[in-house]
Amino acid sequence: MDFNFTEEQSMVRDTVASFLQDKYDFETRRKIVSSDAGWRADYWKAFAEELGILGASFSEELGGLGGGPIDNMIIMEEFGKALVIEPYLGTVVIGGGFMKHSGYAGAASVIEGIVGGTTTIAFAYAEPQARYTWQDLKTTAKKDGSGWVLNGHKAVVVGAPFASHLIVTARTGGAQRDAGGVGVFLIDKSLPGVVTRDYPTVDGNRASEVYFENVSVPADALISESGLDLVNQVIDEATAAVGAEAVGVLRKLHEGTLDYAKQRKQFGTAIANFQVLQHRMVDMFIEVEQSVSMTYMATIKVEESAAERAKAVSAMKVRIGRACKFVGQNAIQIHGGMGMTDELAIGHYFKRATLIEGLFGSVDHHLKRYESLSFDAAA
Amino acid sequence: MNLDFSPEDLAFRDEVRAFIAENYPAGLREKQEEGEEMAKEDFLSWHRTLAKKGWVAPAWPEKYGGPGWTSVQRYIWSEETARADCVPILPFGINMVGPVIYTFGTPEQKERFLPPTLSGDIWWSQGYSEPGAGSDLASLKTKAERFTGDDGKEYYLVNGQKTWTTLAQHGDWIFCLVRTDPNAKIQEGISFLLIDMKSPGVTVRPIITLGGEHEVNEVWLENVKVPVENRIYEENKGWTCAKFLLAHERSGIAGVARSKRGIERIRQIASVELSDDGDALIKDPMFKRKVAELEIDLTALEYTELRTLAGEAAGKGPGPESSVLKIKGTEIQQRITELVLEAAGHYGAPYFRGFPKDGDNAHPIGPDFAHRAAPTYFNVRKTSIYGGSNEIQRNIIAKMVLGL
Repeated sequence: MDFNFTEEQSMVRDTVASFLQDKYDFETRRKIVSSDAGWRADYWKAFAEELGILGASFSEELGGLGGGPIDNMIIMEEFGKALVIEPYLGTVVIGGGFMKHSGYAGAASVIEGIVGGTTTIAFAYAEPQARYTWQDLKTTAKKDGSGWVLNGHKAVVVGAPFASHLIVTARTGGAQRDAGGVGVFLIDKSLPGVVTRDYPTVDGNRASEVYFENVSVPADALISESGLDLVNQVIDEATAAVGAEAVGVLRKLHEGTLDYAKQRKQFGTAIANFQVLQHRMVDMFIEVEQSVSMTYMATIKVEESAAERAKAVSAMKVRIGRACKFVGQNAIQIHGGMGMTDELAIGHYFKRATLIEGLFGSVDHHLKRYESLSFDAAA
Repeated sequence: MNLDFSPEDLAFRDEVRAFIAENYPAGLREKQEEGEEMAKEDFLSWHRTLAKKGWVAPAWPEKYGGPGWTSVQRYIWSEETARADCVPILPFGINMVGPVIYTFGTPEQKERFLPPTLSGDIWWSQGYSEPGAGSDLASLKTKAERFTGDDGKEYYLVNGQKTWTTLAQHGDWIFCLVRTDPNAKIQEGISFLLIDMKSPGVTVRPIITLGGEHEVNEVWLENVKVPVENRIYEENKGWTCAKFLLAHERSGIAGVARSKRGIERIRQIASVELSDDGDALIKDPMFKRKVAELEIDLTALEYTELRTLAGEAAGKGPGPESSVLKIKGTEIQQRITELVLEAAGHYGAPYFRGFPKDGDNAHPIGPDFAHRAAPTYFNVRKTSIYGGSNEIQRNIIAKMVLGL
């Protein structure tokens, strides 16, 4: 048993942290999210070439630096601290995850594109009717000669405006909510018939509604014809990585609140001297610490059996979801009126925390999933 | 980062399991599982068994009689003893005064007190709290005045009252915080004294608690003569020992392994007891949800404790972060007893104190587990009060960790 980081892992953290400290302060981020592009393609290039972090979580055989989920955890935590917009989650964690686990024939060249910073990926999995049931798919993929034709509508595809490629789930067979027949495709976003309607999200990111209107895709776009297990695995890994991002966000919410309470004076004294606020900030601290613990636990267990992995990730997401709400709301509360302003960073961390709460499943969703794994499966 | 046990650790776990299977009596196991009150001999027999094996004080340095285990081995030990419903080793000697003595004591004091503490020949009591000094421990009033005895030796004359003294009815010795300088600042005039409870002037009176148990006591000290050589560390520096002891008391207070066993027991109980729908209680969505949340929160506590242990292994002593373990650990212990009582339904009501357990097997009064459900629920409310109330733990974190 060991909770230490290797030298390589610590180096990855230091590299990312110092880059973000220099180039991703809050005012810079404000400019990025309000720019036309909504992200910094040159930063992405720097991640690939200057920092070399896009390959950190790939094995050396796949052209990476030999790391894995722990590297994703470290990078996502640092990204959380700076509220980074650039699509690491979609491209490296999710896109990379599908390439690692699927046995996809084109994996090597896709990974080369990811590591080199030329391929960016968004994951089009959600549908308007499906909430958090990944196999609930109205989007269809029909065999057409050697290739496929896609039709349907994907909801809130985060990072799609920045993506060169989409990974899409679409029904290759079976009924709308069947476990079988969940096809997974990697497609070029510029294919004819891919219609995207882009918009900002409430936390400063960008997303798209993606419509597939008779999109012909080649045979080699198919990653898996019936890949629900694969989808679950990749989403679990992504959820663990989002837990790490949450840890970064939560740390900043807590630190920011402590700093503010120490300097804000009311009734002739710093409000940090009031015991009712001290205990609140202690409870926030406990939530943060437990989130760290759960993220470690889930990240380590993400490589275990499907049942262990799913249980660990759902347990983590329950605690992370609760922490995001508790720490976020109380950070605003303790900042008082200033917490309500767009001017301070604290509100922006709160907004990210709020979206993380529902990302890849709400607290209730993951509680139910945990129960079915812990109780119903055992019974 | 990884969670794997090494082959050596796995072999150690097998050794521990085999030892417990061979040496831990089934009668004790049953009493412990049902949460029954333990007699003095119940505590002592298991203590002696472990002392003989050299395993009674897992955290002690080897030169004082510890087994020299790694932190992982200690973790395995607490897991395995909880899994087997072993009677807990009382903390007063092994976790509290023992470490104070080997850290602050003289060679003579170590020689005199450590071996009988290990063997169980001294049953220690803890003389900290007073009627007027609970969470505000430093306001204690028990005074110790120095004088020269007729034999020409130096003594303290101790007068005062200690309270909430756990199992002092069995106590041989009591370690006390006493005020040796009434004029010093509140935390600076305190000394740490070891007092033989057979000394004239020591009186133990029972306090009966909500569950009907005689677990705690008042200890009255009236003109008790205590040799100066029974003082640990310097005069008026007892607060240093007190703080050290409290930090040690908090480590291990998370009780993760015992709570795991507690949840396992709830699941067993709720698979037999029925819900309103006539199905197993564990299938009731509301009850199941509470158990699931408990499991998840316990997982969070477990990994927080493991991170703390890893920090300790890397040379960081039990710090103020252990207050987090105390707060969350005790909350979980309390939620477990709530769920057991809830599962008991009607049979939470009958009161069995002094009632023959197997009087009439043909006409039982509810399931066995229910007999102690309410008294245990009442009893375990103490956990968020003792060892520095959970509010005091929040003060500690606010001050020591958050710098408030």
